[in-house]
Amino acid sequence: MLPELGHFALILALLLAALQALFGLAGPALGRERWMAAVTPAVAGQAVMVATAFACLVSAFVGNDFSVAYVAENSNSALPLFYRVTALWGAHEGSLLLWIALLASWTVAVAIGAARLPPRFAARVLGVLGLVSFGFLLFTLATSNPFLSIDPPAPDGRDLNPILQDPGLAVHPPILYTGYVGFAVAFAFACAAMLEGRLDQHWARWTRPWTTAAWAFLTCGIALGSFWAYYELGWGGYWFWDPVENASFMPWLVGTALVHSLAVTDKRGLFKSWTLLLAILAFSLSMLGTFLVRSGVLVSVHSFAADPTRGVFILAFLIIMIGGALTLYAWRAPLLKSSAGFELGARESFLLFNNVLLVIAAATVFAGTLAPLISDALRLGTVSVGPPYFNPTFMLSMLPLLALLSVGIHANWKRGRLKDRQRTLLYTLVGAAVLGCGVAFGIWSHGALLTPVGMTLAIWIALSSLVDPFDRWRRGLSLPRAVIGMTVAHLGVALAVLALTTVQSFTSEQDVALAPGASATVGGYDFRFEGVKPVEGPNYDAQGATLVVSRHGARVAVLKPEKRQYWVQRQVISETAIRMSRGSNILVALGEDLGGGRWSLRIQIRPLVSLIWLAALVMAIGGALAASDRRYRTQQVAAAAGAAAAEPAA
Amino acid sequence: MKRFLLPLGIFALVAVVLGVGIWRSPEKGVIVSPLLGKPAPQFSLPNLTDPAHPVRSADLRGRWYLFNVWGTWCVECRAEHAMLLNVQRSGRVALIGLNWRDNDAEALSWLQQLGNPYQTVAVDRSGREAIDWGVYAAPETFLVNPQGIVVYKHIGALTEEAWTREILPRLPPPVASKS
Amino acid sequence: MIRTGQVLVLTALLACAAAWAVDPTHLADPKLQARYVALTHELRCMQCQNESIADSPVDLAADLRRSVRELLEQGKSDAEIRAWMVARYGDFILFRPRFIWRNAWLWSAPLVLLAIGVLVSWRIVRTRAALVAAEPDGADGEP
Repeated sequence: MLPELGHFALILALLLAALQALFGLAGPALGRERWMAAVTPAVAGQAVMVATAFACLVSAFVGNDFSVAYVAENSNSALPLFYRVTALWGAHEGSLLLWIALLASWTVAVAIGAARLPPRFAARVLGVLGLVSFGFLLFTLATSNPFLSIDPPAPDGRDLNPILQDPGLAVHPPILYTGYVGFAVAFAFACAAMLEGRLDQHWARWTRPWTTAAWAFLTCGIALGSFWAYYELGWGGYWFWDPVENASFMPWLVGTALVHSLAVTDKRGLFKSWTLLLAILAFSLSMLGTFLVRSGVLVSVHSFAADPTRGVFILAFLIIMIGGALTLYAWRAPLLKSSAGFELGARESFLLFNNVLLVIAAATVFAGTLAPLISDALRLGTVSVGPPYFNPTFMLSMLPLLALLSVGIHANWKRGRLKDRQRTLLYTLVGAAVLGCGVAFGIWSHGALLTPVGMTLAIWIALSSLVDPFDRWRRGLSLPRAVIGMTVAHLGVALAVLALTTVQSFTSEQDVALAPGASATVGGYDFRFEGVKPVEGPNYDAQGATLVVSRHGARVAVLKPEKRQYWVQRQVISETAIRMSRGSNILVALGEDLGGGRWSLRIQIRPLVSLIWLAALVMAIGGALAASDRRYRTQQVAAAAGAAAAEPAA
Repeated sequence: MKRFLLPLGIFALVAVVLGVGIWRSPEKGVIVSPLLGKPAPQFSLPNLTDPAHPVRSADLRGRWYLFNVWGTWCVECRAEHAMLLNVQRSGRVALIGLNWRDNDAEALSWLQQLGNPYQTVAVDRSGREAIDWGVYAAPETFLVNPQGIVVYKHIGALTEEAWTREILPRLPPPVASKS
Repeated sequence: MIRTGQVLVLTALLACAAAWAVDPTHLADPKLQARYVALTHELRCMQCQNESIADSPVDLAADLRRSVRELLEQGKSDAEIRAWMVARYGDFILFRPRFIWRNAWLWSAPLVLLAIGVLVSWRIVRTRAALVAAEPDGADGEP
């Protein structure tokens, strides 16, 4: 019964989303007040229906209802309860339902927040969100319905993909999707502003907290994915430039640009058309990510079942939504004029450079990711693009960005007045260079050129971002959350640069073959192999090795990597063992049985690798702080009042 | 203001590329062999059924042959086996097998059980020969002409469709081959 | 309603993603070993198509690693080894696209974009700076 109810609820949600879009878009256009008043109930109704569908699928998973095809394919009665719930988004159909549920949640939040906005504008925002939701619901029902049944029911399920049976992956998709979907809100605000034709800077202020929040979620989601890939996928790297990773990274880069350009539009009324374009672009890239992952046009390690008909559907949807938004843009953007000026040394200039470089970085990733498709479409033959392309080309725009960041922080709006800051700039740079090179050459006697450069940049960014808050504190001025948030996020950037350069230069990695009792020395640590014993898990059998790690004779850790064979899907999975020690991540993975008790093992020592994920968390916290600034809420009311007053005249 | 139409134009191009990508996606993962139109690798390999006579590429000169890479560990190879027997029965082209990363006893019992469609089977225990042919997943089948040039490659189980559409039209007409 | 074909694809991919390639063999010469590590990370495993042959656990990757090792021991240069692989498997095997004409668009894209970016930024800043110079020095925005 429940699966049928879920299916029915999804169909109702589709109808309500259609109504939400119709009332939200046609109401303001035709000036029908009552239509506009019906938008919020439609939002609420859609949310209830989506929640019902979601709950039905969860209960099918929890209750092991193998008459549902999706459950039979992705779960098993031996699967622990926690993973039975998270198996919901373990494959395509369920991930889409998660997407829809998160979009419904964002829409409800916007509907609540929109009470402060002019009603016409609010109706349009919700109307655009309804259109997005309608598209995804239609996609789900037409090509990827998770409630389809099989008759007779399967005796038991095929089990959740074992590499997904992991706490990291349980939380990764919801957080990542929250970020993706959040850009739909920025997109909806931009479209509403263009439809409204009132392209003053109010919409930028209204959008800012939403965009920053979405950005923070996306940052966390990407970091979690990278963390999961590090310890579960098994190669011990933290970033592979895989198409699926790139699909989440491109919207992040553009979203980062958007967060910054919104600041300029909000403060100075500049870059208005550019900000609109970025809002459209960030969401387009989120959708493109969905397309790339789901259509199967690119090869990826992460791409689970792919299907061309789905690709056709998403492409059509992309063309309607993005093509529509860009047409609207081509029509409305020429109306945007601003007579505000700024000097070369002003903050606006630096934010402009930030935007240009971030968009170039995103475009580079885009070119590399789609290169196999583009090359094929142009009949240029096959091409593979991997880290050897992405690493240097990405650096090309990132290094100037980081250097400009440390200077730009000191600049004032409109007139940079960097001359007054010459001394601060010089002191922070010299301090950073001394400290950075000192650390790079002092602690580690070797290293590539990148290391001292990276260290110096990282410390320079950190020092620079602390100057302004320190100054305010000394002068007894208040510190708004927006400023604290910005500072924290920039410290996160510094931390990330520090960690990335260290890891790139000082990783030691070795594959060894050891007999029980034998030892290997890697990166100053001794690894004594104690042998392999069978281990039994809840739904797998495993071979578990024991290694005693010591440094200068003192025991540091005991590591127990495993090789698991899951009962249902029968494949072998390496379960790495990881230990943090003095800032280094020691990772051991079990290789193959070489006979006579000897095993091959991979040992990796990556200093400061955990800092990469910590840095992302710090950035996200910065974003959350900035998004929660009271200024957005109080001024929203004032701006709304002003807008409402202006409306009869318009 | 034409520049505001630029994003729409770029998006249209991207949409076209994605469209072409979907249209061709069934071929994705099938890698075009650089060997096509080039001479097949020279080899001299142990003979599975007749250890006294090694299989040599030089001996295969002057006639058409299908070079089929297989192994008993390969699920798809079992699926294509019936098709290979049909090819042998048609008498249109000789089948030369390459037993890839396998063991001789299992390979022999496989041929005994399922029937032997091959004229000769070369043995590639180490996987070196397969690399020379650019093999990445068994089964793979190459059509080689009398000049020793690879003219066609089929990846995956050989199908009736591939046989009638791709291989037969490339072969000389049966009358000519009998005369 | 279970699409078996789809499930097959799924399991095939999983076999690739789940385990490790652990390769305890070492070349005697540390310089060769370093080149070996670098090269094997730049070659795509044709079976698990998004892994390098250094990481992929399948037999083919092990065979390809052995080929790289043997070619290194024969004194072949990195370029010769890459060409050897391309002759057998095509450009698809290289994670580093070659510097050849048909890849020119790809390699030049970041530089061209950067040049356009610099040009556009310069024009915007010049126009805006002219505007601020024309203005009387009034109240500026908050920092």
